[in-house]
Amino acid sequence: MTRWQRRDLWLGLAFVSPWLIGFLVFTVYPVVASLYFSFTDYNVVSAPRWIALRNYTDLFADPLFGKTLYNTLYLAVIGIPVSLLVSLLIAMLLNNKVRFQGLFRTLYFLPSVVPAVAAALLWRWFLNPDYGPVNEFLWLFRINGPGWLADPVWSKPALIFAGLWGVGGSMVIYLAGLQNVPVQLYEAADLDGAGRWQRFRFVTLPMLSPVILFNLIMGIITSFQAFTNIYIMTGGGPSNSTLVYALYLYQNAFQFFRMGYASAMAWVLLVITAVALVGVFRTSGWVYYEADG
Amino acid sequence: MAARRGRWNAGIYLILVVGALFFLTPFAWMVSTSLKTDAQVFAIPPEWVPAPVMWSNYARLMKEIPFLRYLGNTVLVTVLSVTFYVASSAVVAYGFSRIRWPGRELLFYCLLATMVLPPQVTLIPQFVMFQKLGWVGTFLPLVVPALTGSAFAVFLLRQFYAAIPNDISDSARIDGANEWQIFSRIVLPLAKPALATAALFIFIWTWTDFLNPLIYLTDDRLYTLAIGLQQLASTRAAAWPLLMAGSLLMSVPIIVLFFFAQKTFIAGVSTAAVKG
Repeated sequence: MTRWQRRDLWLGLAFVSPWLIGFLVFTVYPVVASLYFSFTDYNVVSAPRWIALRNYTDLFADPLFGKTLYNTLYLAVIGIPVSLLVSLLIAMLLNNKVRFQGLFRTLYFLPSVVPAVAAALLWRWFLNPDYGPVNEFLWLFRINGPGWLADPVWSKPALIFAGLWGVGGSMVIYLAGLQNVPVQLYEAADLDGAGRWQRFRFVTLPMLSPVILFNLIMGIITSFQAFTNIYIMTGGGPSNSTLVYALYLYQNAFQFFRMGYASAMAWVLLVITAVALVGVFRTSGWVYYEADG
Repeated sequence: MAARRGRWNAGIYLILVVGALFFLTPFAWMVSTSLKTDAQVFAIPPEWVPAPVMWSNYARLMKEIPFLRYLGNTVLVTVLSVTFYVASSAVVAYGFSRIRWPGRELLFYCLLATMVLPPQVTLIPQFVMFQKLGWVGTFLPLVVPALTGSAFAVFLLRQFYAAIPNDISDSARIDGANEWQIFSRIVLPLAKPALATAALFIFIWTWTDFLNPLIYLTDDRLYTLAIGLQQLASTRAAAWPLLMAGSLLMSVPIIVLFFFAQKTFIAGVSTAAVKG
């Protein structure tokens, strides 16, 4: 290494040192410690006691663990495609040259900046089966609305429905993607006599696929970690029908002080997230990158 | 053809307006409920226009919970977090983009990896660490980590710095400027728009953050608005006018900010995703 290269190494390290220190203290050390805790019985008050794989074997024998896993996957498998589709649809509509375009975009985006606590309180009230506006609205059509958050059958669909209020974030990402589609491609498709559906299927969809992949990945990450809205809207009820993974993990760690058990849960979550993301990348042959074409 | 196009456009408008109602109605309901009497809240069919208009709900909210104290706590935590995050991220991003050094790429991949790591994995050891330091029950666990930068902000700023021509730094170097001077006097002023974008995002995260205050703030004199409101909701389950007044007051600063900075905000969301 020359003198100048060494100087640049030290300079570079000096500039990134705030992050580097934080990375070591707030990521690397906690990751290692959390792996260690996951093999111990630990309640914070007394020192961790090594119990090898007991937490993990207990997990798979815990009926609530299976339940929370099911609830989380339900919300992901149904919720992610629904919100991807709705936000894409809105983005396509707003990409048309319509009047008040800016106003519409603002209206659709606004809910995604509302604090989660406020949004969750609002929807808890909105979806109240007895006097909530949603069921009142349904009654206009003589439909007897379900119990929503109060009914174990409807609680998960209700969470997905309320979640649609915040699709503005992915909508904006789609909009940006749509604006990057070269106009020439549509012109060429027009010359070939393509209809609306064909233009969507053979131009828009392929050109948008990297953005769809991005939104899908973000959807997986956020839905596996969903906590605040559910904590406030249902607290996991009724009859644990909305007890999701992150909520149960929080309860174990900070309400029951089973830190070792919760750490094991965190590691299972890490593995599930990693498997899901690798799975998505492995099957991402449908994503079209301009560079390949 | 023209008729078909006309019908298509009418259809688009119809869907857009119905959709806008879905997105807007909850806000209107929030405002309306915050001005109702406790009894009128449960009226069937729901009444949209409160009669009488209970402005006093807002005064009642201030009496029911120490709202101004929670507001002050939230402002303090948010201002410190935003300042710390933006300042440290601005420095770190410089090291990741304007200086070439061996190991830079590897460490940058580590930074990107932290964005995907579920926070639950680091949550418990961090809590134990802060507890051993005696920081649980203070603002320290909420603001000190901000000094080490935010991976998202570093990523955003690095993209921006990388677009600044190298000639500018080189000519400053020939004039005898050191790296810190180049950073603080040349690159940083040029990066103002990107800094503003990062600050905006971090402002919204910390203002609305629920999980960290929930875990670390044990003393109700230190509660932030998010926790204070949740407490109110769990103790006064049916006090909807108060809850909606509180929710509205907590949302207003963000909505106002968003109103003035929509372009920056939306550009930020899309740059991170599409051009990243």
